[in-house]
Amino acid sequence: MSEPLLRIEDLWVRYQTERATNYAVNGVSLSLDKGENLGLVGETGAGKTTVALSILRLLPQKTGIVDRGSIWFDGQELLSLSQSDMRAIRGNKISMIFQDPMTSLNPVLTVGEQIAEVIMLHSSKTQKHEVQQRVDEILQMVGIPAARKQEYPHQFSGGMKQRVVIAIAIACNPMLLIADEPTTALDVTIQAQVLEMMDALKRTLQTSMLLITHDLGIVAQMCDKVAIMYSGEIVEYGRVEDVFEATERHPYTQGLFGSIPSLTGNVRRLNPIGGQMTDPANLPAGCKFHPRCPKCMERCKTEEPAVVDRTGHRIKCHLYT
Amino acid sequence: MSQPLLETKNLKKYFKTPHGNLHAVDDVSLSIEKGATLGVVGESGCGKSTLGRTILRLTQATDGRILYDGREIQACNESEMRLLRREMQIIFQDPFSSLNPRLTVNELIAEPIIVNHICENKAARNRRVEELMDMVELAKRLSNTYPHELDGGRRQRIGIARALALNPRFIVCDEPVSALDVSVQAQVLNLLMDLQERLSLTYLFITHNLSVVRHISSEIAVMYMGVCVEKAPANMLFSHPRHPYTEALLEAIPTPDLSSRNKKRKILKGEVASPINPAPGCRFAPRCTKATAACTENGGITFSEVEKGHFVACIHCC
Repeated sequence: MSEPLLRIEDLWVRYQTERATNYAVNGVSLSLDKGENLGLVGETGAGKTTVALSILRLLPQKTGIVDRGSIWFDGQELLSLSQSDMRAIRGNKISMIFQDPMTSLNPVLTVGEQIAEVIMLHSSKTQKHEVQQRVDEILQMVGIPAARKQEYPHQFSGGMKQRVVIAIAIACNPMLLIADEPTTALDVTIQAQVLEMMDALKRTLQTSMLLITHDLGIVAQMCDKVAIMYSGEIVEYGRVEDVFEATERHPYTQGLFGSIPSLTGNVRRLNPIGGQMTDPANLPAGCKFHPRCPKCMERCKTEEPAVVDRTGHRIKCHLYT
Repeated sequence: MSQPLLETKNLKKYFKTPHGNLHAVDDVSLSIEKGATLGVVGESGCGKSTLGRTILRLTQATDGRILYDGREIQACNESEMRLLRREMQIIFQDPFSSLNPRLTVNELIAEPIIVNHICENKAARNRRVEELMDMVELAKRLSNTYPHELDGGRRQRIGIARALALNPRFIVCDEPVSALDVSVQAQVLNLLMDLQERLSLTYLFITHNLSVVRHISSEIAVMYMGVCVEKAPANMLFSHPRHPYTEALLEAIPTPDLSSRNKKRKILKGEVASPINPAPGCRFAPRCTKATAACTENGGITFSEVEKGHFVACIHCC
């Protein structure tokens, strides 16, 4: 088998503040092949965004500390690169779409200038007209008339702003696109437009995508593989067919599905997961999900479960060992 | 048929802006039966929150009537309104900004009781607060904590306890679960439904989340740019949507199963137009696939009943 485009091995990240140590990512391993879509699913505080920021080396410098692990991307180990080497990758080979299009654009620059910035930094195009031509091209790709490049972000609606953010992200034909909740701030009909566009772009550009979301519906629609995160760990990982339809699933995954009100069935009562998300500063011993798990056994409280691999469908739970 | 607890008749709320009138709620006529839940769905800016606030007279309606239990709310004076508000409460969307950060949980829940002089002494008040905390499943040990120490789900439970403090009969729930994670969202939805059953509450449930609204509502109203375009019993709306906007909205939700994975979906083009001085006729016409010249004529569209209980505002559906 060929080397995957991105491979994260046993990544541990903590946020160290004066008051407490928050263990945000605890031994995450995952891989992503060329042209593949991986969905990273979990609730607030599960460590999804921290994984994304670690890949781009954008963790807060003083407080965000990578304890262990390695991130291999296209044959390079990202964590050991120098800042200047990293800058050549960021925005060029790996780019990121942030959650909130309202705050991730610069309000005092026109949309065209913001797209041109990336192109001038990373591509060989230095002539002004070349850059402008590329800006027009990209804007059309995301469905914005090129004439609107003279406008400022506040003149765009939420959906249009997110298109601009995507335009910036794909300006250099990246190999990997990290999308952190790209449509959470948008309305459903606009979300459908943006998702369709991202899907089409991915096909034409052959980009791999790491899609961070809490919406299992989006995962079902967009992704090939999915990783379910809880308390900084990947508790279940596999192809979408495995995670959505297999009989053996992690109790947390089952809980997530039980929490979503159905659009077709007739369920009068939801089956949510009891309790609250664990505190990352004070993680429980054993399995991190055990205080909320309906199938908790004695050994779950003390022993950390091993990962069970069923031909690519990996579950971290004592139930299946 | 039993008498509706709440009724709005041709309710209008316009906001004055420098560029003209912003039609936030335009000619909305709804009714909610006792003990039922009316879900209001729509995208941001369609006027669903304004509708909820106008019904409670938190903003003054421009025109139209609101009847609560047969009484004209618009005609009530301030002191009558104060008494009425004990019966009509609201749960806000954002549990992070709707609670005073300097009050403890106990003080927050006691506040409506103190303001309305419900309990004569402190012991009775504390008993009532404990009872309320029990009702919304908040542990007693949290009564001296501050909101910032709690997570979103618990904070929203405080909001619910505050709304329940005065034994209301009618509650406007303005996106009560939108800020919460799915697992916590499900807990809060279950709580709201249990409370409804126990205290025979009537809800006006405002949300943009269609699966949530289907789950909790007996009837659903779909709003687009201030206009109610369709209203039907929940199951009927989902199985037989009539209005093109409702169809598009249902089509747009990503469902968490793999059956619809490779289906080509109809996706709505364009965006919501400005609600300031909107064009006459159907508001949805510019984005609608079925639109004809007749759609943009003034006065052509009526909100009419196509089958029992199912109302649609579209000339192509009736």
